[in-house]
Amino acid sequence: MTDTVNRPADRLAELVEGVRHARMSTWMVVALLAVAVATNAAVQDNFFTPYSMTSTTATLVPLVLVALAQAVVVIGGGIDLSIGASVTVASVTAVVVMDGQESNLLAGAAVAVAVGAGCGLVNGLVIALLRLQPIIVTFATASVFSGAALLVLPTPGGSVPASLARGYRETMLGLPAGAWLLLAVLGLWFLLARTRLVRHVYAVGGDPAASYASLVAVPRVQILSYVLCGALGGLAAIALLANSGSGDPFVGLGMTLDSVAAVVIGGIALTGGRGSGIGAALGAVTLALIENSIFFAGVPTNYRPLVSGLVIIAALALSALTMTDRRRRR
Amino acid sequence: MSTVIHREVSVVADRSVGWAAVVRDPIVIAGVVTVALVVVGELVSPGFAGWGQIVNMLRVASFLGVVAAGQTIVILSGGGGIDLSVGKVATFAAIVGSRIMQGDDAGVAAGIVVPLLVCAVIGLVNGLGVTMLRIPPFVMTLGMTGVVHGLIMVYTNGRADGRAAPALTTLVNGKIVLGLPGVLFLWVAIAILVTWLLRRTTFGWRLFAVGANTQAAELSGVPVRRTVILAYVAGSVFAGLGGLLLVGYTESVMLNLADDYTMPAIAAVIIGGTLAAGGVGGYLGTAVGAVTLTVLTSLLTTLNIGSAWRTIVNGVVLVALLSFYGRQKRLRA
Repeated sequence: MTDTVNRPADRLAELVEGVRHARMSTWMVVALLAVAVATNAAVQDNFFTPYSMTSTTATLVPLVLVALAQAVVVIGGGIDLSIGASVTVASVTAVVVMDGQESNLLAGAAVAVAVGAGCGLVNGLVIALLRLQPIIVTFATASVFSGAALLVLPTPGGSVPASLARGYRETMLGLPAGAWLLLAVLGLWFLLARTRLVRHVYAVGGDPAASYASLVAVPRVQILSYVLCGALGGLAAIALLANSGSGDPFVGLGMTLDSVAAVVIGGIALTGGRGSGIGAALGAVTLALIENSIFFAGVPTNYRPLVSGLVIIAALALSALTMTDRRRRR
Repeated sequence: MSTVIHREVSVVADRSVGWAAVVRDPIVIAGVVTVALVVVGELVSPGFAGWGQIVNMLRVASFLGVVAAGQTIVILSGGGGIDLSVGKVATFAAIVGSRIMQGDDAGVAAGIVVPLLVCAVIGLVNGLGVTMLRIPPFVMTLGMTGVVHGLIMVYTNGRADGRAAPALTTLVNGKIVLGLPGVLFLWVAIAILVTWLLRRTTFGWRLFAVGANTQAAELSGVPVRRTVILAYVAGSVFAGLGGLLLVGYTESVMLNLADDYTMPAIAAVIIGGTLAAGGVGGYLGTAVGAVTLTVLTSLLTTLNIGSAWRTIVNGVVLVALLSFYGRQKRLRA
């Protein structure tokens, strides 16, 4: 890589190389987030009002949970392209179980997590035991899960218990429930990061062969990482239901792609073994705020997708360029 | 189910190396599955394997096959190479092309060249993003999907107009020789072109070298970045070509004409035996994979299977086929 500096392309890359510093990606996501928050505050007059904070945080919770779910498998050297479909099938199953009855609330929530974890288990078993590439397996299971979601709930409908939807918009100690849940999710990651499973996930993602040699049960860790991913997706499904109040068999359509983008913006290497769930969470928040600010900045409707696409690519580039590059493993 | 199938394959593999190589060849497996699907279709619904039906299935497969040609090249380039923007790019090419043509043969040349140039620029940006900005291909091309969608909205103001030129429609739909639609001959020509590009040109050799081992290729003096960038350019240009052929088939254009081609295009490449990791594969397999997917979809439609079950079956078939030949080495060497 260093022996061919005579081509302009390589010279540019050398220059870029020189700009980068150690662990820059960690603060890059914080900087991007700060810019996103500042932009939002500038373009949306009522951004910091309680009402706006409630609705913003309410939409953020599922995105952050899905980004965290994606982070677990990406750190483990995999990827889950079925996470959006898992969230969808978990949420429609839960809404069918809940059927608007208060007494079914807990059962419905448990079903959401169980279905999510079940989807993860299917992915994990196929990937670890059949030794197929995660990107293709989860690409295929995504169509299986979204087909299953359509069987469970063919058209949008159903309702969640009123208390779930109401509680989700409650304000406690001056902060909306969504903000508390976001803090709880970050707390959850702090706990998870200290478990042996997640430490093994880092090891397997960093170097499966070395992990195997160090007596890490690689297939078991892979399977459990997908189960954990799916279970987090189940939690995201509950948050989605609480936010929308009803079921939708297409709700997770864009979530997979958002989750991967969030993970990259959050400074997690898609090659595995590096990054943190906190980064993914901040990446998800940044991504959502970018969309939000474009909506409020008064960009003409027809130009909105173009502007948001360009801004997202810029954010991805900033994160990717600042990623420290100890091993360039392509 | 797939584990059982795999065990049978391993038994065969133990028996003799030459025989096993044929049985485990993805193209052979995909071909056998396709023929089996056609036979099953004929058994459950007589007429499914009729000449007209088969020609029609091949015609539907050709659009997917052309879009998937670019996807094959991108996936072969390795490094997680994948192009999620092909569907949107194909749609954009169709929209630009039909607006230039306006249903008039006078605009047919410009109506084909201009969209393909636009696609080449999109592919160039994808390639630069992946190589220079180091954005993982998956998210780079995903972001590009958003940008192209944005370009479509700006270009059309949310309303697509224009029509394919009659000459293009004749080329695609017209029965030129032996009563076969022209697009099939075009597809064969494109298949030969792509195979030649991959097997007989410097670009092709470099592509396989980069896909198999980027570092080794770089150390051997292969211009890695240029090769990868060209792969993405090819990916977008073939996608655009597929979109143009599709609009020749449908004549009028829609805002989401070819959007749904992205996922089947990836599936066709994988079914055709090209490794998702890059460096191994070819276009013949992809073409067979495109036919397999099309026949499967027709069969499920013929059986009156709802779209929910259809997507489930598609996913299961992909995993099942992959478990024949997509397996990676054990950690315990």
